[in-house]
Amino acid sequence: MGKTSILRRVVLAGATVLAATGFGGNAWAQKTKLTVYTAIENEQLEPFKKAFEADNPTIEIAWVRDSTGVVTAKLIAEKDNPRADVIWGLAASSIGLFASLGMIEPYTPAGAAALKPMFKSGKTPETWVGMDAYLAVLCFNTAEAAKGKKAKPTSWADLTKPEYKDSIVMPNPASSGTGYLTVAGWLTIMGEDAGWKFMDALHQNVAQYLHSGSAPCVQAAKGERLMGIGFDMRGATEKTKGAPIDLIVPKEGLGWEMEVTAIMKGTKNLAAAKKLADYSSSLKANEMYGKYYAIVANPAVKSMPANYPPDGEKMMAKMDVEWMAKNRDRILAEWTKRYDGKSAPKAK
Amino acid sequence: MSLAVPALRINLSRDDLIMRAGVVAFVGVLLLIVGLPLWALLAKGFEDRNGNYVGVANYISYFSTPALFNSALNSFHVAAVCTAIVVPLSFLYAYALTRAVLPGRWLFQGISLIPIFAPSLLPGLALVYLFGNQGFFKGLMGGSIYGFDGIVIAQVFYCFPHATMIMVTALATADARLYEAADALGASKIRVFFTVTLPGAKYGLISAALVVFTLVITDFGIAKVIGGNFNVLATDVYKQVIGQQNFSMGAVVGMVLLAPAALAFIVDRLVQRKQVALLTARAVPLIPKPKFGRDLFFTLFCTLVSAGILAILGMAIWGSLIKYWPYNLSLTLANYDFANFDANGWESYFNSLRMALGAAIAGTALMFVGAWLNEKTRGFGAVRSIVQLLAFLPMAVPGIVLGLGYIFFFNAPNNPLNFLYATMAILVINTVAHFYTVGHLTATTALKQIDPEFESVSASLKVPIWKTFFRVTVPICLPAVLDIAIYLFVNAMTTVSSVIFLYAPDTKLASVAAVNIEEAGTTAAAAALCVVIVITSAAVKALHLLADRFLFARLQAWRKR
Repeated sequence: MGKTSILRRVVLAGATVLAATGFGGNAWAQKTKLTVYTAIENEQLEPFKKAFEADNPTIEIAWVRDSTGVVTAKLIAEKDNPRADVIWGLAASSIGLFASLGMIEPYTPAGAAALKPMFKSGKTPETWVGMDAYLAVLCFNTAEAAKGKKAKPTSWADLTKPEYKDSIVMPNPASSGTGYLTVAGWLTIMGEDAGWKFMDALHQNVAQYLHSGSAPCVQAAKGERLMGIGFDMRGATEKTKGAPIDLIVPKEGLGWEMEVTAIMKGTKNLAAAKKLADYSSSLKANEMYGKYYAIVANPAVKSMPANYPPDGEKMMAKMDVEWMAKNRDRILAEWTKRYDGKSAPKAK
Repeated sequence: MSLAVPALRINLSRDDLIMRAGVVAFVGVLLLIVGLPLWALLAKGFEDRNGNYVGVANYISYFSTPALFNSALNSFHVAAVCTAIVVPLSFLYAYALTRAVLPGRWLFQGISLIPIFAPSLLPGLALVYLFGNQGFFKGLMGGSIYGFDGIVIAQVFYCFPHATMIMVTALATADARLYEAADALGASKIRVFFTVTLPGAKYGLISAALVVFTLVITDFGIAKVIGGNFNVLATDVYKQVIGQQNFSMGAVVGMVLLAPAALAFIVDRLVQRKQVALLTARAVPLIPKPKFGRDLFFTLFCTLVSAGILAILGMAIWGSLIKYWPYNLSLTLANYDFANFDANGWESYFNSLRMALGAAIAGTALMFVGAWLNEKTRGFGAVRSIVQLLAFLPMAVPGIVLGLGYIFFFNAPNNPLNFLYATMAILVINTVAHFYTVGHLTATTALKQIDPEFESVSASLKVPIWKTFFRVTVPICLPAVLDIAIYLFVNAMTTVSSVIFLYAPDTKLASVAAVNIEEAGTTAAAAALCVVIVITSAAVKALHLLADRFLFARLQAWRKR
């Protein structure tokens, strides 16, 4: 009995594998299945899908979700035979790259006119339309600060004080998009010369350059480091979960990036893809984004999710997206030469 | 051994022709699942970002960057240190398991495998809980856990079972007659060790060293979590590919990473030439007899190593139950409700199970038959070298490189196989390819220990070679065959770096989900998912050990006198 049932299970499981590999496909033809690539947070997947499908009952969303870097690399690698229909929630800089590679189907969604100008590509028709913006803020652990009697910084300049030696983490711009927008933000606010001088000084206090934009605020939240420079939404959710951190918007201003929606060129479901793009720019969708993000595309949405710094939107640096894309290789090479070439953070 | 060579010059038997056709077909399969996908990416090293051919320009620009030399040096340094620690450790442990009488041997064998059951995220998380800036024992670490020391500890944990598995296979098949003869001749224990034991295990020792070295060189997961600012080649690949979407430069670093594999291949060729079959047709298996001093020493040694492994696992389990590290240490089971952390919830876990089962069945068949064809075919050296080279490559390829190569190759519009893309099958194929080397080495090690006399006798009795394969070779090698299947299963449960590019909406895997959950900051839930994966693989392994003991013991009974 024992042996046969094990055998049966193996056979059954084998059959399941076959079924999954060979015949998993278009068994349900009546609904349009839209393959949507995204980097939005895990907890947003289900509500976003449900909300869209409730308004569009003939369309079903199948998510492919991973971190921004992985999704971007995957999309470029699939360029010659695209598998995605729509991108709903990926960094604007990634979409800019795709547009330059001819991967995007231009389309101006209904409702785009109502959005803040900065949340649009500016082309006619639009290559992408924005959803929400996120900032590279400072997550400061107040519990650890109290233990070490460290003052709370209010500006980027404060971070270069000797009392913060080895207590700051930030994303490595060579491995993380958030890292790059942080660095580009400093160069924009301070100008190139002063920006690099600031980073030279900051480097003395950086304990580690991490490989993700979420990790710095998570490490600060868990007291692993005194503070982290990183993705604001992560810091806000950690604080909601009970982390003793404050989200600080330094008074000089800060770098930011936005999540956008775009349609893939060559999609076999163009009509359904346009429906999703329309939905993404609607007021309803923007209200939904507003549950998670403090800054959204539609100016009519005045929401402030818990634990976001209130003055973030005002302090956004005037980022030139094209300049950022064009100078990326140069800035990363310079950054790597200055700070990444050695195993321990020591004087340059 | 050498009987076969002159015979083949005269004429080829039907068996020879079948075997050669088999080897050629096998080369075709390896090219499809390893060679061509790899080339699909590595070829980009000779192109600029827009796909224009630029010759070696990328290589020149990469080699003129001082950061590269630093990363390469770091990679070799950390790999050398880990190899120097893991190989003696795993040799002693395997020696204890096979040549000493241990109380609870099964338990020690099981514990030694725990690290292989765990996603590489687990030692990283556990080390942060233990020695991080908020860790329980942070005082014990002289400096910071982030960096060289952290990488070495986590890598030793992670590589230990890989090496131990190879060493056990190498030490398990010993001919008791050699020891009896040595004993009768009055050789000292030390002399016996150096003249009988070590030479017999030489192939295993060198294989283990090569495997550990390349595993450390190519692993990115550990360096990412605990590496601090210690740059290694694998982090360079990540920066180029994930950070900057620069596939050309990623391909260049990927190519540099193949150097250790090429070296491993050459060393393997040199060693193989000298390897002699251990288990001759008249061999008698070695059954260790109790000996108090030796057994006590090895029991203590194994207890110590096991305690280290269990401490890391235990920390991860505890971490998975903590509400909010380090500020709220009260315990909860909420972290196991994965639907709260990942839209797929437990679904990705069942996907992992199906993928792992598929990889174990398909991969073991391919690896064992392939290794057998390659070992038992007479002559045909050039083609067999190609097999050996292709089988060695995957070990040296970082998952990121293999995964992207699979996209380029299997998603190409003109590839007739592109229907496989975005299915469960591609995940299975990719995983088999990714873990090809150790399975192949295990099968080869086991096959090498069988006297070619079996085949010679079969041939002279006009028994077709495949009958010998099913009636003699497979039963003798059944322990190794099962080891390979389990190895594939557990690695399929934990693999991330390659499959992260290949899963489709309905085939997301638990290991990938764990990385996503960790990135979202919910460390405890990530630890919880890692723990579920460990328990699953441990349960499968426990079934294997039971089966080994009660079911397959009968098949191995002939070895006893």
